[in-house]
Amino acid sequence: MIKTLHKYASPMHFHALARAWSTPLLWLAAALFVTGLVGGLVLAPADYQQGESFRIIYVHVPSAWLSMFAYLVMAGAGATSLIWRVKLMDALARAAAPLGASFTALALATGSLWGKPMWGTWWVWDARLTSELLLLFLYLGYMALQSAIDDRRAAARAGAVLAVVGVVNIPIIHYSVEWWSTLHQPATITRLGAPAMATSMLIPLLLMALAFQLLFFALLFIRVRSELLEFEQRASWVRELVRQADSR
Amino acid sequence: MSATLREFFAMGGYGFFVWSSYGLTALLLVGNLVLALRRERRVLRELSTRVSVGAEHDAA
Repeated sequence: MIKTLHKYASPMHFHALARAWSTPLLWLAAALFVTGLVGGLVLAPADYQQGESFRIIYVHVPSAWLSMFAYLVMAGAGATSLIWRVKLMDALARAAAPLGASFTALALATGSLWGKPMWGTWWVWDARLTSELLLLFLYLGYMALQSAIDDRRAAARAGAVLAVVGVVNIPIIHYSVEWWSTLHQPATITRLGAPAMATSMLIPLLLMALAFQLLFFALLFIRVRSELLEFEQRASWVRELVRQADSR
Repeated sequence: MSATLREFFAMGGYGFFVWSSYGLTALLLVGNLVLALRRERRVLRELSTRVSVGAEHDAA
């Protein structure tokens, strides 16, 4: 077990693993997107309070979940790298940042498009929306650090410290709708007891969430390949890969 | 366009909000894929010039 872990923590092996998995993950995600979209846009009935506008949930909630999940990947990889100095973890953290930033932006945008017809406003400065906006700035700060510091190791360490400190924002986002009064509706799925949603509405949401999740891993694997190549550009396996890519 | 289709696209009057959300999502997901693949190609190209420059350097 430890031996296998050690093997896949090597940049060369993880690069091969990421190359083998990204395409199957993409196809699986695509199939789930199709079924989730049919379920969410066609089969699920309109909500008795929100009418057809509730269908925004199928893109809003999965992107909001991913915005936090990607941050945990980034901060977790950063923390691991601070403790054990694993190059792979630096590469994973760097690959997760732009993905997390884009899903956070999408959660904010789709939330705004849902808020306007339901609350009558595009934006309120309440705890949920403000802490999600802060999440976007944490990602952007991390990315700015990466491009501002030339030394890759130093950039990764500085970024990891920022990511680990910023992780306190994650429980704040999650519990914000319970701790403070807000226009945002409370959690539908991740609450104690049964989800507050009919099955025909819930299943498409779970399918879409899984599709987003698989797509995230496919994108993470594609991005981590570039990071590993750059981190390891002097290694012989990278030179060999570059030669192969040239001759194609 | 049939009445059912028109009704589907109208989304009970929320068409603008629903379809903007789905459109943005599609754009962002596809964009993410394109950017990630393009970055990999660029890195490979950059490393390839560096490797060949290194080889010339070694030969000289």
